[in-house]
Amino acid sequence: MDFDALISGLDRHTLDGITRGSIYALVALGYTMVYGVMKLINFAHSEVFMVGTWTVLGVYTVLGATSGMGVGAVIGATVLALLAAMLASAGTALAVERIAYRPLRKKGAPPLIFLITGIGCSLVLVETFGQVLKAFFGPPFGRVTVNVPSVIETKVVFTIPGLDLPVTNTRLLIIIGAIVMMVALDTFVNKSRLGRGVRAVAQDPDTASLMGVNQERVIMLVFVLGGAMAGVAALLFTVQYDITKFDIGFIIGIKAFTAAVLGGIGNLRGALVGGLLLGVVEVYASQIWDSSWTDVTAFIVLVLVLMFRPTGLLGESLGKARA
Amino acid sequence: MPEHKIEGAEVLKDTSDHDAIAHEASGAMGDVLLEVDHVTLRFGGVVALNDVNFEIRRGEILGLIGPNGAGKTTCFNAMTGVYTPTDGTIRFKGKEIAGTKPHRINHLGIARTFQNIRLFPEMSALENVMVGCDARHKTSVLGVLFRAYRVRPSEEELPANGIRRSFAKVFGISRHTLEERAGRRRSMELLRFVGIADRAHEVARNLPYGYQRRLEIARALATEPELICLDEPAAGFNPAEKEDLMGLIRRIRDLGHTVLVIEHDMKLVLGVTDRIVVLEFGQKIAEGTPEEVARNPKVIAAYLGEPDDAA
Amino acid sequence: MSQISDSIRGLQIGNRWDRAPKWVRSVGLLLVIAFAFYLPFLNVLPFAYIRTDLNPTGSDWASVLFLIVVYMIAAVGLNVVIGFAGLLDLGYVGFYALGAYSVALFGSPSSPVVEALQSRFGLSDEWAVPFVMCIPIAIAMSLTAGVILGAPTLRLRGDYLAIVTLGFGEIIRITARNLDNVTGGAAGITQVPVPPGPEVDGRSFFNTIDAERWYWLALVILILIVFLASRLEHSRVGRAWLAIREDEDAAAVMGVAGFKFKLWAFAIGASVGGLAGLLFGSKQQYVEPNAFMLNLSFLFVAMVVIGGSGNIVGVLVGAFLLTYLPERFRELQEWRPFAFGLALVLVMVLRPQGLVPSRRRAAEIEDRRHEAEEAAADA
Repeated sequence: MDFDALISGLDRHTLDGITRGSIYALVALGYTMVYGVMKLINFAHSEVFMVGTWTVLGVYTVLGATSGMGVGAVIGATVLALLAAMLASAGTALAVERIAYRPLRKKGAPPLIFLITGIGCSLVLVETFGQVLKAFFGPPFGRVTVNVPSVIETKVVFTIPGLDLPVTNTRLLIIIGAIVMMVALDTFVNKSRLGRGVRAVAQDPDTASLMGVNQERVIMLVFVLGGAMAGVAALLFTVQYDITKFDIGFIIGIKAFTAAVLGGIGNLRGALVGGLLLGVVEVYASQIWDSSWTDVTAFIVLVLVLMFRPTGLLGESLGKARA
Repeated sequence: MPEHKIEGAEVLKDTSDHDAIAHEASGAMGDVLLEVDHVTLRFGGVVALNDVNFEIRRGEILGLIGPNGAGKTTCFNAMTGVYTPTDGTIRFKGKEIAGTKPHRINHLGIARTFQNIRLFPEMSALENVMVGCDARHKTSVLGVLFRAYRVRPSEEELPANGIRRSFAKVFGISRHTLEERAGRRRSMELLRFVGIADRAHEVARNLPYGYQRRLEIARALATEPELICLDEPAAGFNPAEKEDLMGLIRRIRDLGHTVLVIEHDMKLVLGVTDRIVVLEFGQKIAEGTPEEVARNPKVIAAYLGEPDDAA
Repeated sequence: MSQISDSIRGLQIGNRWDRAPKWVRSVGLLLVIAFAFYLPFLNVLPFAYIRTDLNPTGSDWASVLFLIVVYMIAAVGLNVVIGFAGLLDLGYVGFYALGAYSVALFGSPSSPVVEALQSRFGLSDEWAVPFVMCIPIAIAMSLTAGVILGAPTLRLRGDYLAIVTLGFGEIIRITARNLDNVTGGAAGITQVPVPPGPEVDGRSFFNTIDAERWYWLALVILILIVFLASRLEHSRVGRAWLAIREDEDAAAVMGVAGFKFKLWAFAIGASVGGLAGLLFGSKQQYVEPNAFMLNLSFLFVAMVVIGGSGNIVGVLVGAFLLTYLPERFRELQEWRPFAFGLALVLVMVLRPQGLVPSRRRAAEIEDRRHEAEEAAADA
């Protein structure tokens, strides 16, 4: 145990944790929305994120983007990568829904089966990048860690006065990007007509369908939205960590799910709170003990939350007005 | 009203003049089995039960009636451990049971049926009843696995086969085996008792509606309850079936069980019960013999307000 | 429609078996068991094609058989949790690992735990806990872990349980990797003890060469476990699990202590998993954290549900297929996770009740399908 390391760099670690937590929060949205509407843990959502990171790599590779480009080119490449990642992730999420969940819904299968097909899809997606694509195209696909070009050159933008804490442009992008996307999503669900449909189905699927809400369309919508958010997370992740790997989704997925439960699954703002909190707790824990225990910390947090406050910090329910 | 007092006094005090007849009728059977003592139950701002107060005496058939939404089922759920009262207590044989877990309440001796039938749909009728019988069985998981707890069998429990017979004489028979056999036998008896033994081996889901209702009663009886609560047992029955059911309820009482019936159907309730408690809007508005209740102007008013239920 | 006829055909075979006279069933069962014991020596064409060592690079046939049986034991244990009690346990590998690590930590003279005991009590370097004593230790460890994990989490909703158990599996592996001074860390533990036996040809009875002996040992244990599991299934315990699965509230009102029975299922599953892990670790004579990756958990779940959860025969078939096929077609080993991911999705979407379903489960799922169709027709 080493509290000194934590205390001496508290401000830096907190910033670190918030950066990490922003990504968890974005991925958590996918879990939370699908759970809110279908009462289902979408096991394959972690892979939706993973597909996003590979898409970013793909776009950069095609464009030949590197860190040495001009400002305009950097912004262009990043925006293009963002859009592509959102599209690919949303598409993957939708495909999972179509292939693995919809047929089961039609059959009225028990919840256990949904979880199992979710695991199956997750494996298929992981292995697609770890094995199938490698067999056809060779590297970079395969079971190794791959570098993603760091297109945005990391620079200190400003220093927080008083703390003497330097804030880099990438961190700023991640935190602001995450918050903007979450606010946009929150507004969408609360204000738009489609969003009302989502909330109606989350509250009471039977009544909602009697009132003419098309449940199938709402389900598609939450998968697409959740997928798109995972795509955003994927871009931000590559901006910060510059890597991807075939099984990168698993740990991030588990963390994001923990974040969703921590904030109250089915609750959009809960995902943000849970994500940030989990990120900070993890970074602190890795300072106090050592980084090999980080994952264990996250799992223990999850177990404790489920035991003592199974409805999370902000409470469950996508249906409620606070969303 | 003070919390603790002598049970007899409670009976005398609460059964003031207007249900003296009922008291006389069930006097021989005697003591209070279950007391609902000034129970209030609130859900948020909604008061589902307001200071409800009555008791069930051993050996009687008590009817709990009231229009839709009067709080009958809520009261019932509080008695079987589903809800914990906000205020007041529920005592079974003098022991407080509010807040006790449902399976413990069953072990204490209260069983119930459900308004919307809740059988185990993929089990056969016999197995459904056996689950009830298991409530009184003592074999543990390890007992099932290793069968080390042996019981010396009585003469009629010994197997016919010579070798097995001598084996059983020396080593005894495991309690698990004996209980399993006894449970099976008793379950068949109960199915015969409620009149559905002809389809004992059919999966519950495939049984006709009337059979399912009776199967629920058999399953509840299998747990050997002192008090059996029937939640709208006649729902969806035709007059002939209702007549049968009344006979069945009386026979259940004759077996020594105390019966609580929640019903919509006034004719059935008036025909079979010894005493009736009437609820409206979560409050008790009347209590007494069927004749008294039928004459009570408050009750008539309540039911006129709800013409569907008077039918 | 083809699914319905399939499941009906499945039912008919089962029914015919049930209706056969008792002596036919006993003889049939004995024949199957005798054949299983003979399997390592099966070398008569064309049946020999099932062997995995036909070409020089193939894996040793008896060792493959041993692994199949060990996974069958684990799957039968997991079936108690998933198939009987209806709880999704995604961290089963954790119990399997605990079993393997118990025998390694206490039975190997070179494990840090044993070394600490040696120096504490002044014992010789050769000393370790005897193998026979390691069995109760392994079972007790995994059972305790099962109870500790189950007690707080079994009250949660089913899908939360899945995630918590998943986390548990990872915690066990990461802890084994990180705690260098207790578990030997990533390097693992060598010199894991083997069961006692007479020396044959100057080697101990259970050695690395004569794998068929290990296979027979595992087979005996498997038969015992299957026997005990079917005892549970056809008893008040099995009925209680079924009742909980079908309607937990109604079961509670009928006096079924839901939590208690769920915890029992969890604990039984955990100890059987520990036993399987013990066999595995002992045969390998080497235990390391990477042998217990999460994928193994998914593999166990896949065995249970692809075979047909709730039906012991189905689970055995599932465990056989998912262990045997990758070994038989070893050249495709890299494709194994992909193939079973695909198999999971396909089997579950096309045949949710599994390949050899439990009749009851098949009926449950058929029912729900009708309900869903009616609901769809109403809408």
